[in-house]
Amino acid sequence: MIALGLFNYWAVIVLMMVGFYTLIARGNLVKKLIGLNIFQTSVILMYVSFGKVEGGTAPILIEAAEHGAEAAEPILYSNPIPHVLMLTAIVVGVATLALGLSLVVRIKEAFGTVEEDEIQSASL
Amino acid sequence: MISPTEVVDIVLLILLAVTGVAVIRTRNLFAAVMLAGIYSLVSAGLFVVMDAVDVAFTEAAVGAGISTVLMLGTLALVGYQEHEPRHTPLLPLFVVVLTGGILVYGTTDMPPFGHPENPAHQHVAPHYLEESEHEVGHIPNVVTSVLASYRGYDTMGETAVVFTAMVGVLLLLSRGPLPRRVHHNGRWITVRPGTTREELEARMLAESGDEPEPVDGEGARG
Repeated sequence: MIALGLFNYWAVIVLMMVGFYTLIARGNLVKKLIGLNIFQTSVILMYVSFGKVEGGTAPILIEAAEHGAEAAEPILYSNPIPHVLMLTAIVVGVATLALGLSLVVRIKEAFGTVEEDEIQSASL
Repeated sequence: MISPTEVVDIVLLILLAVTGVAVIRTRNLFAAVMLAGIYSLVSAGLFVVMDAVDVAFTEAAVGAGISTVLMLGTLALVGYQEHEPRHTPLLPLFVVVLTGGILVYGTTDMPPFGHPENPAHQHVAPHYLEESEHEVGHIPNVVTSVLASYRGYDTMGETAVVFTAMVGVLLLLSRGPLPRRVHHNGRWITVRPGTTREELEARMLAESGDEPEPVDGEGARG
């Protein structure tokens, strides 16, 4: 993994910018929310990348007996803290998505459209 | 030398980028929602590669499952077709490239991906990994110990946020259909749900009889 250097971070930044572009360049409100979701998933990917340890395994403790002959050398685990923080972020993300989508439903009822430019010209 | 895990990592990241670009390009919102579901599922695979198994199954259940269902439910109410964008994509493209460039510049002094000596692995993480079995109880999964015990207040704050969002959704959607506003003769008319077209036309006729016809300047409004 160390051989990758910073490639993972750069790939995640590209994904983040894909989501950001969808968010600012598309007029449809549902499409904007999809872009926001992509952005959010990339941030989660970024944090999980910070937690990865080369040669490590998932942070679930292995009993020394199961580990067997290699027990002499300590097992390397990935960092659990980014995982915990991102679990919270995923759940909060779906909650905000639900709120955003219900706003979209109400906007559709009030204006008859979910396209941003049509809403702006209708509310002038 | 590139290991098989790194090959999987690179392939999944490229798949994610392709899916993301497909989301931007498609005009069919149904296809875009399905692609977003695929995006979530592929990123769940990537989380497994990076040892975050708890995040992976949460993302697969919540990101690919519930989010997709919520979006499909919304599409049933608002329609499937997206309009052609009216503006040129130059300004958003410029903003995105500039932001991405600044972020890439910010990564240049970051420690290499996956190095065991990275600062993120030096503070409380070793303590959690070594002591959680004795301090919290016999829970093999350290993520569970940290989530429910060491950082229990974070989780409580999260439930508060989810509760607030739920109250918001209920307040927005529990009232049933709202009155619609129709633009007629230069003014907005509020139409209660259940009004028939004939009733509305009769009302418009009655109201336009009382009001003088709008002059040109006023008529251009809206």
